[in-house]
Amino acid sequence: MTEPGSTRSSPWMMWLPALIFVGFLGLVAYGLRNPAEREVRSALIGKPVPEFALPPAAEGQPGLSRADLVDGKVRLLNVFASWCVPCAVEAPQLARLKAEGVDVVGVAIRDRPEELAVFLARNGNPYSRIGADNLSKVQFALGSSGVPESFVIDGKGVIRYQHIGEIRAEQVPMILAKIAEAGQ
Amino acid sequence: MIRALLLVLAMAFAAPVLAEGSMPPAPYAYRQLDDPAKEAKAHELMETLRCLQCQSQSIADSDVPIAGDMRHQIRTRIAAGEDPEAIRGWLIERYGDYVSYAPRVTSATWPLFAAPLILLALAGSLMRRRLKRGDEA
Repeated sequence: MTEPGSTRSSPWMMWLPALIFVGFLGLVAYGLRNPAEREVRSALIGKPVPEFALPPAAEGQPGLSRADLVDGKVRLLNVFASWCVPCAVEAPQLARLKAEGVDVVGVAIRDRPEELAVFLARNGNPYSRIGADNLSKVQFALGSSGVPESFVIDGKGVIRYQHIGEIRAEQVPMILAKIAEAGQ
Repeated sequence: MIRALLLVLAMAFAAPVLAEGSMPPAPYAYRQLDDPAKEAKAHELMETLRCLQCQSQSIADSDVPIAGDMRHQIRTRIAAGEDPEAIRGWLIERYGDYVSYAPRVTSATWPLFAAPLILLALAGSLMRRRLKRGDEA
């Protein structure tokens, strides 16, 4: 008695499952060597900044609203918080950007005025305006998923670039290039 | 020894200093809506939204402040009568499909939905051929 189907299949068919298995192993090895990007990027690049209006976060400085971002000037909108350690790390870079003539505006996430004041006194205050986002409302509206994050916003209020994480010293020229590009 | 223990204890209690600010959680981060039907709707949505910071948890499961703020926003918007799927759409518009745990059929995901059907059809036709051959023998 011979099995009816067995004589029809060619001999290499026997190795097919093993080949598929080796293929899977290769796929797994590739996946382990190239981990997926963990950052959640904003899907709003190239789109206008949503409508928002935030009260002032720091004493003696105005708050921030969408209307402040559509006057024809390119700006860097920095999402930060006094409790955020990398935000202190990027402070010198924001100061450098300000010295280069960039208007830096801030959105302070879940921050107390007194703690923010200490943070600004210690790390410098590069901001022309700081809005208090105590419920992360503007953060969500911008598609931002953490602190610090920076958005280049052109003169028409369109988001042109999102930088996730602190701006490191070597990234300042790149940010300046993005700002110049947004100004064209 | 006691000193070391005290230090460990002190560090345990100092942890909130390293937490994300000293602001109390958003009003509706941990408070349910008064209307049970609306709360059920909100909770169902929260369980299928990804926490942006702790990405393998849903915002219903996570205690990080950013998840609390998102729960607050979802509860207040549902209380205001907004449709849960509209809120999901609003978030996908901002964060992409990754923020939602509810899979959608898109140009990138359709093979996932089609593959089982194709495999089933293939298995069905193989089976029929085998059974037919069995009859002939």
